[in-house]
Amino acid sequence: MSGINDFVIRFANVNGTGSASANFLFAKTLFRMGIPVSPKNIFPSNIQGLPTWYEVRVCDKGYLGRREGIDLMVCVNPQSLEKDVASVKDGGYFLYDSTKPLHTEFLRSDIHYLPVPLMSLCNENFTDARQKQLFKNMVYVGALAVLLNLDFEVIAQLVGEQFKGKEKLIQPNILALNLGADYVRKHFDFPLSFHAEKRNLTHGKIMIDGNTAAALGALYGGATVVPWYPITPSTSLVDAFTEYAEQYRVDPETGRKNFAVIQAEDELAAMGMVIGAMWNGARAFTATSGPGLSLMNEFLGLAYFAEIPAVLIDVQRAGPSTGMPTRTQQSDVLLAAYASHGDTKNVLLFPSTPDECFELTATAFDLAEDLQTPVIVMSDLDLGMNDHISEPLHWQNGRTYNRGKVLSAEELEQTKGWGRYLDVDHDGVPYRTIPGTHPQKGSYFTRGSSHDEYSRYTEDADTYVRIMDRLLLKFHKAATLVPEPEFYGDDVSAEFGIIYFGTTHHAAMEALDMLSAVDLTAYAMRLKAFPFSQKVRQFTERFDKIYVIEQNRDAQMRTLLINELEIHPERLIKVLNYDGTPITADLIVHKISSDIHSSTLIRS
Amino acid sequence: MTYIRPAFHHPALPQNELGYTRKDYEGSISTLCAGCGHDSISAAIVEACFELNIEPHKVAKLSGIGCSSKTPAYFLNQSHGFNSVHGRMPSVATGAYLANTDLLYLGVSGDGDSASIGMGQFVHAIRRSLNITYIVMNNGCYGLTKGQDSATADYGYVAKAGHKNIYEAIDLCGLAIELGAGFVAQSFSGDKKQLIPLIKAAMSYQGFAFLNVLSPCVTFNNNSGSTKSYDYIREHNAVMSGMDFIPVKEEITADYQEDTVREIELHDGSYIRLHKLQQGWNPEDKYAVVNALHKARASHEILTGLLYINNDQMPLHQIIRLTDTPLNKLTEQALVPGAGILDQINASFA
Ligand SMILES: Cc1ncc(C[n+]2csc(CCOP(=O)(O)OP(=O)(O)O)c2C)c(N)n1
Ligand code: SF4
Ligand SMILES: [Mg+2]
Repeated sequence: MSGINDFVIRFANVNGTGSASANFLFAKTLFRMGIPVSPKNIFPSNIQGLPTWYEVRVCDKGYLGRREGIDLMVCVNPQSLEKDVASVKDGGYFLYDSTKPLHTEFLRSDIHYLPVPLMSLCNENFTDARQKQLFKNMVYVGALAVLLNLDFEVIAQLVGEQFKGKEKLIQPNILALNLGADYVRKHFDFPLSFHAEKRNLTHGKIMIDGNTAAALGALYGGATVVPWYPITPSTSLVDAFTEYAEQYRVDPETGRKNFAVIQAEDELAAMGMVIGAMWNGARAFTATSGPGLSLMNEFLGLAYFAEIPAVLIDVQRAGPSTGMPTRTQQSDVLLAAYASHGDTKNVLLFPSTPDECFELTATAFDLAEDLQTPVIVMSDLDLGMNDHISEPLHWQNGRTYNRGKVLSAEELEQTKGWGRYLDVDHDGVPYRTIPGTHPQKGSYFTRGSSHDEYSRYTEDADTYVRIMDRLLLKFHKAATLVPEPEFYGDDVSAEFGIIYFGTTHHAAMEALDMLSAVDLTAYAMRLKAFPFSQKVRQFTERFDKIYVIEQNRDAQMRTLLINELEIHPERLIKVLNYDGTPITADLIVHKISSDIHSSTLIRS
Repeated sequence: MTYIRPAFHHPALPQNELGYTRKDYEGSISTLCAGCGHDSISAAIVEACFELNIEPHKVAKLSGIGCSSKTPAYFLNQSHGFNSVHGRMPSVATGAYLANTDLLYLGVSGDGDSASIGMGQFVHAIRRSLNITYIVMNNGCYGLTKGQDSATADYGYVAKAGHKNIYEAIDLCGLAIELGAGFVAQSFSGDKKQLIPLIKAAMSYQGFAFLNVLSPCVTFNNNSGSTKSYDYIREHNAVMSGMDFIPVKEEITADYQEDTVREIELHDGSYIRLHKLQQGWNPEDKYAVVNALHKARASHEILTGLLYINNDQMPLHQIIRLTDTPLNKLTEQALVPGAGILDQINASFA
């Protein structure tokens, strides 16, 4: 049901034609008007020339997941015309550049057409060839502003902010906006039946992408060594880190830096540098995506076994192999959890929103140093590269880093019989030393080969088993330290459970409401970390039937739950989306209700 | 199993300027084969560090995987060591170095470790001018996996297993010079007189100091015909230059005739003094070195000595303008921009 502040609009553009900033302006205007909005980039793995889409869902109720069904298509890309016309829902609108007439084969009788001569308006009003091209985008934003009742003052303010320092560009942009607006006023009825209305629902919030938020989390979390190798969709994370570090981590007088960003020769080297830096007491991280995670496996195993802290942010994309580099998925769960050969288990964190990207990235450094093990933040393309409405990022002044069990020179002086891998506290976490701390005490030989409590090479069966078992003890401790899951829905009358994580959040919240509207009451748990805590176990024991929602083909989180908590597979039902687009509430509701429906049929 | 400890059992062990004895630079007992060239290099490292008056805990020794990469366990027990994964020591060393530029970094690798699996990391560490002494214990084979040819094995050489190597050899020194390494030297594990001063000079150099040390594998690659065997090297060793290394504080005595001596001052004020210089030899002339290496290869000779030095090389931390305080010493105060700044950043997204 589309209506006031409840519609989906999609822009069909050509990659590399400057549409991104115009489309962002459109989404940001709605956000500034106080209306919940969620924009999504649907872009090709290409620099210039291929079709790219930008989809904006507007929703008064605050549902920020993707929704199927396009109410208004803005088409400025002849290549994708056929597909674009077909994707508009019944009774929807199709705005296109009418400089050239639309071929009759693209005419549908069940949708409305909004022909706006974008190109010829630009040709008449601008002389510069590049401007003609760029301002086409602003003309359609102007047209939309009238059709959808956007606040012109807000748009003008945003244009002013965007071109701060380049004031000369403000006037022509406003002119282009007005060209579109005037054209609509003259030729069509406005506003459309569905349109925007000012609200106060985004007050105090920010609109930010997860990669920028994670980068800031790393900056505040004290990362100083940042080796990386470019890969979509993680690249913008390191770009953002660099940008803010150049601003806030450089001595203004000397120009000297409190950080080192190194473009490594590959992901192996990136992870090796992280490990070397954290072994030596600095905080370091790298960001990557699936192919990079595959390459880092050997090193992750070294860090696990030699107990060296490491932080990795995996911005997941659709695999396997190169897969769909610009599409989203949660398909690295198992690889990350058990990364490397031999018996290994790694700590994973699952942010759902940008503010969690910030918080969990900062936390990852504390956990990694506290536990002396790799911690992997599992973001994804949807979260990392799209703008999301989020709570502001939060940092408490006076917050200190947890550097874990690191012995100082004074402590070493007083310690007798120190062994790097001695479990003094019986919690699985030994004490470590940083090179150069003490002239005589605390040196040891770090190795990925089997070692005893004093880090001496050993192939003694008992010693090996003792060390491996202690690592398991440490992992149990990790389960008590990682962030607890969040719970949603009806605790008391729920008949079944739902488990999900990461960017499934918004769609799941909406699905919960939709299900309860048809009297299917569920209680949902959003996982925030691996290993699973006691609370996670308790939740899985409470319900006979639990739907596990995830964005991959093989139900990887379900496998992890079954494997780690020894749950009977029958009790965990797969709800999967793996086509590379962000999951929708409709899909979740459809899959859950049809399962419930069919199982009732079988029972009766 | 061999003991690489120098035979000092005198109650009053000689001390260096810092009061350390050689024992303070030793490591655990070697588990390498008796007579392995790698053990001699370990002994040379012990001697060099002793003579250089290095504080052992100010050294970080890192390696990859291989017999050669095991050796950091056999010297400098009071230094932190890191035996990483096969071929990846350069990246671990890069991370460690960025975390704390105050330590001395000593990287140990093998020819398999650096010239095959780790070639990518080796060349990029040079390219970045990592501040490290990088020693390849080069035996022309994979010792630890039982003697397969390595990429530095010479074309046509017959391995112990009987087959002939059908590929060209990679010359690590030539490659290092090509890639811009600032200090490139070649030596032989059995030539302590040459090796110790070279290690001392490398450890005093600011930038990437590469030392390719031919180190016969007595078990798998010491047959006649191997250019990495003891006999071959002894016979074909063309010494470019004898060398003394004079640390900062030592007085320079002039006991060499002017025309046979060439002094090179390092950044820390210490000197490398080359003597018995070959006709026209100038280690600062890159073109001459490259030429000489090619000629030596054609005549099956091995040039040893300090092949090349560039004293204007900028180490990585200077290239990227890193602060003087080691990154691992920075606290929240220096690292956190504060809640106020975060409010401003939030506002830019509102
Ligand atoms: C990823 C990986 N592949 C293979 C090995 C097996 N391996 C161990 S040492 C080695 C070769 C070592 O040769 P080199 O570096 O020349 O050292 P050397 O033993 O000759 O001193 C190989 C292939 C390994 N440890 N890791
Ligand atoms: S196998 Fe060769 S390289 Fe390895 S320890 Fe024995 S002699 Fe040395
Ligand atoms: Mg070898």
